[in-house]
Amino acid sequence: MAHETSNHGSATKRIWTVFAILSVVTIVEVFLGIVRPEFLVETHLFRMHLLNWVFIVLTLYKAYYITWAFMHMEQETKGLRRAVVWTGIFLVCYLIFILLTEGDYIFDVYHDGYISWDF
Amino acid sequence: MDATAVTTGTEGKIWGGDNEPLKASYGKMMMWFFILSDALTFSGFLAAYGFSRFKFVNQWPIADEVFTHFPFLHGVDAPMYYVALMTFILIFSSVTMVLAVDAGHHMKKNKVIWYMFFTIIGGVIFVGSQAWEWSNFISGEFGAVETKGGKILQFVNAEGEQVAIESFAASLPNDRTRLTRNEALWYESESSMPDYDLAEVVEGFKANPDLLIRTQILTESGEKTILSREASLAKLESDAVGVVQGANLVHNEYGPPLFADFFFFITGFHGFHVFSGVIINIIIFINVILGTYERRGSYEMVEKVGLYWHFVDLVWVFVFTFFYLV
Repeated sequence: MAHETSNHGSATKRIWTVFAILSVVTIVEVFLGIVRPEFLVETHLFRMHLLNWVFIVLTLYKAYYITWAFMHMEQETKGLRRAVVWTGIFLVCYLIFILLTEGDYIFDVYHDGYISWDF
Repeated sequence: MDATAVTTGTEGKIWGGDNEPLKASYGKMMMWFFILSDALTFSGFLAAYGFSRFKFVNQWPIADEVFTHFPFLHGVDAPMYYVALMTFILIFSSVTMVLAVDAGHHMKKNKVIWYMFFTIIGGVIFVGSQAWEWSNFISGEFGAVETKGGKILQFVNAEGEQVAIESFAASLPNDRTRLTRNEALWYESESSMPDYDLAEVVEGFKANPDLLIRTQILTESGEKTILSREASLAKLESDAVGVVQGANLVHNEYGPPLFADFFFFITGFHGFHVFSGVIINIIIFINVILGTYERRGSYEMVEKVGLYWHFVDLVWVFVFTFFYLV
């Protein structure tokens, strides 16, 4: 197979390091989720409070390690890596942008319109 | 007699054939492209969830208040601890999977067997935990009242803690029974009936002066709005149409029914992936024990099923964030 290069010791060491990183990040996420520090909830950035952005960044950080280390993406060729990763990222960004913009618009219609939805 | 030309004049050129620019086997590459398309499917679901949530952004349920159960700890408020534990179990099964792949690279059959065994056990525990989460969510905890507009009214005491309707509902004479197919209208039936009817809840609410109503609407600080006693009584009298206990696809005691729909659909679709992952893992596990890959001289099948298993873990990382944290 293509990547029989790394010796046994360092490969398992890398796996356990990544496991430690993923665990620590998850613990931090749960801790923040329960405590919900006030300054993070009250600070807003791009119409969402900072805490949510922290969660999203930490999630992407975890996703990077799972894909790169556990799924061995770092050992694949550049072509395969880009074909999979950039296709996904491009389409997902597009989808999120369209749907969230549209959802926000409908919220405004419900909220500022002349029809009462709370009865 | 050669029917086709053997020489094309392009031998040795990069376009002359026999090139593997991605240096990956057919099976592995197809697994990657399947994973990419599956990732887009899940992204579609999660983006749709985001759409619905933005639509009801000021009245979405607070996850910390919905998922508060932990096995064997009855009545203890344990927000998210169990989901966090589930996440750990899945990440750990991912670790044992990648260890199995690594052992396969070094042709160590016994190690592969043991690591795959732990992976399967982790997957089974995860699916079981998800079933338990579902059953808690379906049976509900406090119960609520639904209004004409499909909104939810919950009950809280003077301290702002939620109160279960069975703790205050009055007991009134009632001859309403569950509608079955052989009564009244043909082919009309209902699957279940709430334990209390609206009149009993309203009566009990009037008799307990320290009870208040909590609406779906979120305040500036992200908490649910609590009405005054007078406003609560007026709201209950004018708007309430029925009692909701637990959640299904149509009614949801925690808030908008869409929350329950997406919860069932997304965690269900993910749970189905975990389930099929466990089945595929078991098949490969048996093959490893039988020595199939030892004879083949390569444990690449373990690697391919490993890719799928990590993908399931990857999806869960996102589901966990968007359902339980954000």
